[in-house]
Amino acid sequence: MSTPVTGSVPPDHHPARDRDPRSESGSSVARGQISHPQLHPGLEDERTTGSPVLEEAVLSVRDLNIVYEVGDGVHAVKDASFTLRRGEILGLAGESGCGKTTLAYGLNQLHRPPARIIDGSVVFHDRDDGRDVDVLALEGPQLRTFRWSKVAMVFQGAMNSLNPVLNVRTQLEDVLTTHRPQLSREDRRRRCGELLELVGVERSRISAFPHELSGGMRQRVMIAMALALDPQLMIMDEPTTALDVVVQREILQEVLRLRQELGFAVVFITHDLPLLLEISDRIAVMKAGRIVELDTAENLYFEPTSSYTRRLLGSFPSLTGETGDFVRAGFGEADPPAGGDDAGRTASPDQEEAG
Amino acid sequence: MHFLRKIGFYLVALWAAVTLNFFIPRALPGSPVDAVLAKLALRGPVDPSTREAIEVMLGADDDTSLFEEYFAYLAGLFRGDLGISVTYFPTPVSQVVGQSLPWTLVLVGLATTITFVIGMVLGTVAGWKRGTWLDSLIPATTILQAVPYFWLALLFIYVLSVNMGLFPIAGGYDYTLVRPALDYPFLSNAVYYGFLPALTIVLSSLGGWLLGMRNMMVSTLSEDYILTAEAKGLSPRRVMIMYAARNAMLPSVSGFAISLGFVVSGSIVVETVFSYPGVGYTMLQAVQNNDYSLMQGLFLIITVSVLAANLVVDLLYGVIDPRTRARS
Repeated sequence: MSTPVTGSVPPDHHPARDRDPRSESGSSVARGQISHPQLHPGLEDERTTGSPVLEEAVLSVRDLNIVYEVGDGVHAVKDASFTLRRGEILGLAGESGCGKTTLAYGLNQLHRPPARIIDGSVVFHDRDDGRDVDVLALEGPQLRTFRWSKVAMVFQGAMNSLNPVLNVRTQLEDVLTTHRPQLSREDRRRRCGELLELVGVERSRISAFPHELSGGMRQRVMIAMALALDPQLMIMDEPTTALDVVVQREILQEVLRLRQELGFAVVFITHDLPLLLEISDRIAVMKAGRIVELDTAENLYFEPTSSYTRRLLGSFPSLTGETGDFVRAGFGEADPPAGGDDAGRTASPDQEEAG
Repeated sequence: MHFLRKIGFYLVALWAAVTLNFFIPRALPGSPVDAVLAKLALRGPVDPSTREAIEVMLGADDDTSLFEEYFAYLAGLFRGDLGISVTYFPTPVSQVVGQSLPWTLVLVGLATTITFVIGMVLGTVAGWKRGTWLDSLIPATTILQAVPYFWLALLFIYVLSVNMGLFPIAGGYDYTLVRPALDYPFLSNAVYYGFLPALTIVLSSLGGWLLGMRNMMVSTLSEDYILTAEAKGLSPRRVMIMYAARNAMLPSVSGFAISLGFVVSGSIVVETVFSYPGVGYTMLQAVQNNDYSLMQGLFLIITVSVLAANLVVDLLYGVIDPRTRARS
């Protein structure tokens, strides 16, 4: 399912591409301890070495509708439907407030009041026992058991996702004490050490507090935490937004490598469409709560059907073009502010934060 | 090194406090000799030689300079000699303070601690379940805090002690029944006598802790790490305690330590209303009797305890909040 978009995406989007991450100091030293001779500097190469995507579905979403019950109600997600296959990376792109985060949180019932799921179904196809789980029907202890063991999350803002007053060990271990109470203390310790090494963080950092780690390290710790229970799906909500492009690239390579090894599926949320084009198997473009286009990265780039996708693609400036040449050939035609895909837009100021 | 620097800083603060404590009473108008004479005059005519005797006793007979007096005072402090109390003549000040201090420490210290614990627990639950009936606790306790201290105390005495006879009206223990000792009869009697003053303190200061903790809980609950903890499938109890309350109580802890520093200065009003034999009551006696050395001794104890409490917070805060730990 991989798409050879290598040549088509302007290379200037990622200046770090040509740098060999192994030659850099810092976290790459830690990575050197676990040998990955097949590690390639480019993301695409990483992805194309035997795609881990299976035809079997891991998650089916049907007509999901989520409403923020404030005032007249804000319809944040409208009739969202998609099927995610095992090992697949589904990119979720769209402007701020278009409902992509709300949609992703709904998959795990993590949305908070006043958000409410009014319609639709989310079915998780469990690989471990082959059963289908109606996620929206789960509650209480069942829901808590489901969370993280089946669907793990990596949040936006690596800075704030870790509790500042608890050290890394406490926050890593409480996943295991909650979900794997049978593990002995030594086993827990060992597992936490393994997890950190898996994401390229030194074992010794386990007793560090979040403020003693760099932004990239924190996000690695979050990914280690997400991997703790070997989840089948990982929801990543703008996991690299606050990081510089070099660290961003390292983290993404790590995620792609881990997906290759462990075979989890990923829902990857970001504004950065060029990034998605590189790493995703398929991309869903959201606009005003609706998925306006869902296709492979290749098709989406070369033959976007929705005018909004075209506008989104045209919104990323090229470094090599003429001054003021802010337009990619063919995609830049002006959209009328209303009509077409925009007809459904009802976003109110409340919705701006909902994304 | 960090620790030593801190201790050094507190020693300097202590020296400044002690020095002020020495000079301020001497800058005040009035003389302790006149005060003693006035007190004696109430009982009958005073012989002129008595004045001399009192001057000798209080060390006001010779022409030692202020500077020499200051060093004599510092030397006395090191020996634990705080002078003679006029009010409780001829008991030494250190003994008077030593007798009243335990009463205040136990009554106000315990009441403050209980208030803090109740405030934190209720605040945590009220913040966690915001929007439920628990929110109505806030205005209720705030009203109790707004009511003047002494009025609440008088109300309790009137209703619970005078009308219903459930509690004693005044005092720290029943001296007709028990003698101060660390045995059951005395301690149970002291608890019985201390209950109403303690209740007054708890009820009148609970609102602040509760409101502060509840609001910190609410703002902590919107933090990203709470969402992470929920996504991790942790039990609500663990999220509430380890992720929300653990972080939300940080500002309250420093507030608590500061209020512990003021425990020794006591609740003058409560101790006076209940005639409780603590530091606050003794302070009132000292002021009423122009008892400078006793006032000085009490101020010294209060200063030292505030400084000590601050030092403890300084050191403790590094333990509970790793971000404030200084690393060398």
